[in-house]
Amino acid sequence: MAFLNHGVRTVFLVELLKGMALTFSYMFRRKVTLNYPHEKGPLSPRFRGEHVLRRYPNGEERCIACKLCEAICPAQAITIEAEPRADGSRRTTRFDIDMTKCIYCGLCEESCPVDAIVEGPNYEFATETREELLYNKEKLLANGDRWESAIAADLAADAPYR
Amino acid sequence: MAELWTGYMLPTVIIVAQIIAIVVPLLFSVAYLTYAERKVLAGMQLRKGPNVVGPFGLLQPMADGIKLLFKETVIPSGANKVVFIAAPVVTFLLGLIGWAVIPFDDGMVLADINVGILYLFAVSSLGVYGVIMAGWASNSKYAFLGALRSAAQMVSYEISIGFVIVTVLLCVGSLNLTEIVRAQKDLWFAVPLLPMFVVFFVSGLAETNRTPFDLPEAEAELVAGFNVEYSSMPFALFYLGEYANMILMSAMTTILFLGGWLPPIDVAPFNWIPGPIWFAAKIAMVLFVFLWVRATFPRYRYDQLMRLGWKVFLPLSLFWVFLTAGVLVATGWVPK
Repeated sequence: MAFLNHGVRTVFLVELLKGMALTFSYMFRRKVTLNYPHEKGPLSPRFRGEHVLRRYPNGEERCIACKLCEAICPAQAITIEAEPRADGSRRTTRFDIDMTKCIYCGLCEESCPVDAIVEGPNYEFATETREELLYNKEKLLANGDRWESAIAADLAADAPYR
Repeated sequence: MAELWTGYMLPTVIIVAQIIAIVVPLLFSVAYLTYAERKVLAGMQLRKGPNVVGPFGLLQPMADGIKLLFKETVIPSGANKVVFIAAPVVTFLLGLIGWAVIPFDDGMVLADINVGILYLFAVSSLGVYGVIMAGWASNSKYAFLGALRSAAQMVSYEISIGFVIVTVLLCVGSLNLTEIVRAQKDLWFAVPLLPMFVVFFVSGLAETNRTPFDLPEAEAELVAGFNVEYSSMPFALFYLGEYANMILMSAMTTILFLGGWLPPIDVAPFNWIPGPIWFAAKIAMVLFVFLWVRATFPRYRYDQLMRLGWKVFLPLSLFWVFLTAGVLVATGWVPK
């Protein structure tokens, strides 16, 4: 009987027609496409995108040039040079990130004792030339000013899990 | 002079006009078949498909065409240049010339020849030459393997297509395509010859190198098959030829099994609609099934493909030729 059943199913292409019915029914389901530049998917607060250097609310830059991020960076994408400023505080004179080397592992932000370097929520920073991806301190601080509100919100949202 | 005009020039002008009247809508439908394919595949995969260029993405085929037109035509240094360029031209032309004998309505046909179905069969068989030439002239391993597969596959499935056509011819008693459609006035052949209809459709998929039989262009193993080395307009010609062949195969299916230009039932609301529209609607339906099949089934393995062609379709179609002939003789229904 099982043999007969199998034979009938084979001859009448039952399984094939079932498959086709399934794909046909999918035509009328809700589409999952996002019209990307116009619609964007949700991001986790932990999303690791483009780097920024943050400032304190009074405008003072957070980075104290401890060079922990430079030391931990597995891709060696970060270069830091530092010397005491006129008021005696230790600050970076140079803070470069080679975005073409960076692997977006997030170790720099994990290692930072003052939450100065953070990987923000921005992932749309493609450029037309390679040189534009070699970020310097000004660029990173500008990024920090631009994304500060979003980053502050993300850090606050993630704080209970740390 | 007047004789020259009425005797030679005027008929030539009329024929050229008729050819243009067939080819231009055909190329238009080829362009929109690519669009339809992307939309149908997208729909069945929960995507939206092209929707940016023009309203609903309707200008996407034009954008694709313009893009290909402006690309550089790369001819590999190891290639046989003449054959390399000739191959896509052959493929494209063979996709078009089959339409010479397709009847769009009763009497609305460019060349009403008595061996129309043989002509169509010959044209679709010649299609393998374009592929073989492309694979050979490219001087590339992938292209060559793709072409070999394609040749073996097309030849295998042509045999069962041939027997299916014989079955239909037994029921009609004529090789003329118009006669074949007229014979379906009362009952489409898809009903009494349903197994043959299925065999013909599946063989048609194999003949046009469509999924699940698209082994010649199995991208996972052959990169792109016989057309790896092609770019720009020659590539576009292959593409156009492939889709024109799909439409031709659907037209053949429609004529042989779905009653060509005839309405489904010959009563008032249906027979008001002109024949060419019915014909186009039926072709569109068959094409939709082509795309539907592509969205549903995975690619066959090569030995499975050969087994299906030689061990299933060939005996089945041969059996049906005998069965049909036997029934026709026994009941005295043999057409005069």
